[in-house]
Amino acid sequence: MKRLKEWLIWFWRIASRPSTHLSLGVLALGGFICGVMFWGAFNTALEITNTEKFCTSCHEMRSNVFEELQHTPHFSNRSGVRASCPDCHVPHNWTDKIARKMQASKEVWGKIFGTIDTRQKFLNHRLELAKHEWARLKANDSLECRNCHSSVAMDFTKQTRRAADIHGKFLVTGEKTCIDCHKGIAHELPDMTGVEPGWREPPELRQRQSQREDPRAELVRYLQSTAVGATAPGRP
Amino acid sequence: MRGQDRPGLKKIRAPLAGALLGGLLVFACGAIYAQNAPQIVPRVTGAAAPMGDVPAPPLARPVIDDKRLMRNYPEQPPIIPHSIDNYQLTVKTNRCLDCHRRQFTEGSGAPMISVTHFMDRNGQVLADVTPRRYFCTACHVQQTDAQPLVPTTFEDMLVVGSGKK
Repeated sequence: MKRLKEWLIWFWRIASRPSTHLSLGVLALGGFICGVMFWGAFNTALEITNTEKFCTSCHEMRSNVFEELQHTPHFSNRSGVRASCPDCHVPHNWTDKIARKMQASKEVWGKIFGTIDTRQKFLNHRLELAKHEWARLKANDSLECRNCHSSVAMDFTKQTRRAADIHGKFLVTGEKTCIDCHKGIAHELPDMTGVEPGWREPPELRQRQSQREDPRAELVRYLQSTAVGATAPGRP
Repeated sequence: MRGQDRPGLKKIRAPLAGALLGGLLVFACGAIYAQNAPQIVPRVTGAAAPMGDVPAPPLARPVIDDKRLMRNYPEQPPIIPHSIDNYQLTVKTNRCLDCHRRQFTEGSGAPMISVTHFMDRNGQVLADVTPRRYFCTACHVQQTDAQPLVPTTFEDMLVVGSGKK
């Protein structure tokens, strides 16, 4: 800590002294040109990591998720508009994109240590990985879906009656977001046991026998509250 | 007599006649066989050359009118009146049951899978869909606007039974 402080002081002494040999023009222009070059390089590198080619250069992506994408409408469809990996998985907004890229350093870690380097390992982690994406899309109100699909531009009369009804009920009211119902549209789903579909009514509206917490405890409480239960507690 | 003139010929006349007769018989048999020989008929399906390309007709469009149709016979599994393209129906997930499972019908408005789908093969009623009824498309199919390849002469058994035509 002390060393660091000394080093900082030394650096500040040099940085705060006016330049004796270089002219102001060289410093200003040089700094500007270096800045432009640095920024250009940075942005180019960022864009390179934001391509389908880059994503599928790892076999983990190419032979699992990219393979599955290829027979979904997001890869080939009647109008020929294709969504590639970064369209859905990387935010388009700059700050969000940088934040996502920083999170992706964990994915680099996973790549180096082979967390999902076989199909079986990938399948074992699939639910966890999917849950991350669902949570991310839920948190930003399915922003990456809405980059292309906007609810304002949707013509409900062109949809099937069922789809139009459900969109009117959940999407327009803002009650649900795209990912709540449209899971697994571009990749195979993990084991969905316990993952409820978006159109399930919220828990507080479920007044059904099967939804009670513990019927046995309820029965015991009821028996204890009655005369019979009160006189003979603990009897089977 | 001429025969007496050439005694050698007389000697071989009987075997010659026999050989001729035999040859005729073989020829006749061959001709009959050739008439009824199993011919290589053109294949009913697929390319004439076993690995050749076949022209594919355009895919028929699914019927998506959401209308519940009458069953043609009581045991007929109801047909699917909506599109099921890209539905994931695997051991891990069942898109059909996301709407048609008992718990989800209230939210989805879809008809519930019938009670027979809860019974295992011993008639024991389970709490949820029985594994043998899990894969919906084993029985329930979607309809398309494709024309039938072979005309059907199927008649409703009520019509047949009543003698009305």
